[in-house]
Amino acid sequence: MTLIKKQKRFSGYAPYFIFGTTAVLTVGILIGIFAFLFIIGIQAFSSIGFAEFFLNSDWNPNSFHTPSWGIISMVVGTLIVSLLSLIFAVPFGLAIAIYLAEIASPKIREILKPIIEMIASIPSVVLGFLGLLFLAPLVAKVFTLSNGLNALTASLLVAIASLPTIASISEDALSDVSSKFREASLALGATKWVTIKKIVIPAASSGLMAAIMLGLGRIIGETMIVLMVAGNTRAFPQSFLDSVRPMTANIAIEIKEVVTHSLHWQALFAIGLILFVITFIINFAADYFINKNKL
Amino acid sequence: MNKIYVVGGIIIIVAIIGVIFLGNNTKAPKNQKESLTIKGSDTEVQLVSALAEAFSKENPGIDISVTGGGSGVGIASLINKEIDVANSSRKIEDSEISKAKENNIDVQQFILAIDGLSIIANPNNKIEKLSVDQISKIYKGEIKNWKDVGGTDKKIVLYGRQSTSGTYTFFRNFVVKDDYSPEMKNMEGSQAIVDAVKSDESAIGYVGVGYVKDDQGNVRNDIKILPVIGANDNAISPLDKEAVQRGEYPIMRQIFQYLAYLPNKDSIMDKFIRFETSEAGQKIIEKSGFYTLTNSDIQQNESLFEKIK
Repeated sequence: MTLIKKQKRFSGYAPYFIFGTTAVLTVGILIGIFAFLFIIGIQAFSSIGFAEFFLNSDWNPNSFHTPSWGIISMVVGTLIVSLLSLIFAVPFGLAIAIYLAEIASPKIREILKPIIEMIASIPSVVLGFLGLLFLAPLVAKVFTLSNGLNALTASLLVAIASLPTIASISEDALSDVSSKFREASLALGATKWVTIKKIVIPAASSGLMAAIMLGLGRIIGETMIVLMVAGNTRAFPQSFLDSVRPMTANIAIEIKEVVTHSLHWQALFAIGLILFVITFIINFAADYFINKNKL
Repeated sequence: MNKIYVVGGIIIIVAIIGVIFLGNNTKAPKNQKESLTIKGSDTEVQLVSALAEAFSKENPGIDISVTGGGSGVGIASLINKEIDVANSSRKIEDSEISKAKENNIDVQQFILAIDGLSIIANPNNKIEKLSVDQISKIYKGEIKNWKDVGGTDKKIVLYGRQSTSGTYTFFRNFVVKDDYSPEMKNMEGSQAIVDAVKSDESAIGYVGVGYVKDDQGNVRNDIKILPVIGANDNAISPLDKEAVQRGEYPIMRQIFQYLAYLPNKDSIMDKFIRFETSEAGQKIIEKSGFYTLTNSDIQQNESLFEKIK
């Protein structure tokens, strides 16, 4: 009798234990990563002043003269690429989502959606390679530059990489809007376009925002594409047709050559920390926005 | 009741993280083994791969892995005790030797070959030659237009390697003698520089002489190799073997392999570097586009071989 009871209790609690552990583990890993970045990154500031790090525009740790440790050019590089990518990816992503959710017949949707999601499975190194081969010469030609290794080329490719995230999650958000809303709107005499614009999109706005934020997360973290096509100059970018060196690319380039525990190593972790903080702030802002606009 | 599971979960996580942290630094340098791990210079990676392949054919069952990443990457890995041999297209720095000593690594230097660092431009560029001083000013950003060195009125677009590269460091220390212009595009590898220069009419780039030839060992015609003005105002091409070996070509350099330890006699490392100096090895070096060693370099290598017992 007691044996059965014990077994019952165990099998009853086992799922709790597994799920609980997994959830705690996820949070634990996140805290662990942050702690790791913070502990190592903060050590860099014992030798590099905050003003040097955040206000100097030149990053040149292996300088021929004295090393300089300013990250401003790289932060601006990251921001330019991210902003441009969003400008390209959001309208296209939303248009695709609206077409799939509201206009396309179920048959077309069933064919198109997996195809768009398949873009996500293209490795970013392949996108970068195609970019080097086709897009960079095209951009060079259109803007009459001698080469196309610049922020614009990188943004276009990163936008393609983030498109499936934005389109697919937006489509889910739009499809989740109850059909009663649409029927009510149509019954009141609104056209289909007015229904989409005034009813469906506002109703799905929190989901659409989440889609854009997830896309932005993908964009900011993208490394391989920018490494390959952004040109990676140290100069402060003057326009979107200049080469840039985003923070991710800089870490990827330099982490390979640094000796563990050296100042340069710590400084790269400090950049990683800043990157982490930026995405964290974006996520918080998104959360705030989503909750504020809930219907 | 739920609290217990949460606490249990936290304990497990702490244990995992603890194991990861503590288990980190237990790696000891393995002195003699049946495989060799070689990493470093992108300039050398194709040459050393070809040498390793030929060596493995003669000595079946031996595992040599050769990877690139840049000389800085190779030397950092050597100091971090991850590899046996670091390819480097620049001399190891004193600070790196002392860091290695702190990690109980007794770095040995082996000279592999001679390289004529080549200045390349687009075939449509009208420039026929450059002096070292002009090259330096171009890469410093003081000369910004091709017309200032006798070319057409076009902005010069600089292509260079990343700071991980030995070629980057060598070129900066011995040719530019200053920081590179911040406008220089930092490319992932020497091949990336060749590809970019091929399609950019305003481009200038620098690569090891092994990269101006194709797979068959023929000089590429989709890039232009600019002769460099050396002593006696002669413009000398890096393809001129005798001039490079005599040291007349102004930007010639030695390319190295740094060993993590002095190998035992007849160990794999010993056999491999002896193979590289053998006739078969020298032939592979010639075929790759690099040049064989001069007598003084050979003597330096001999003193390394004498230490191996």
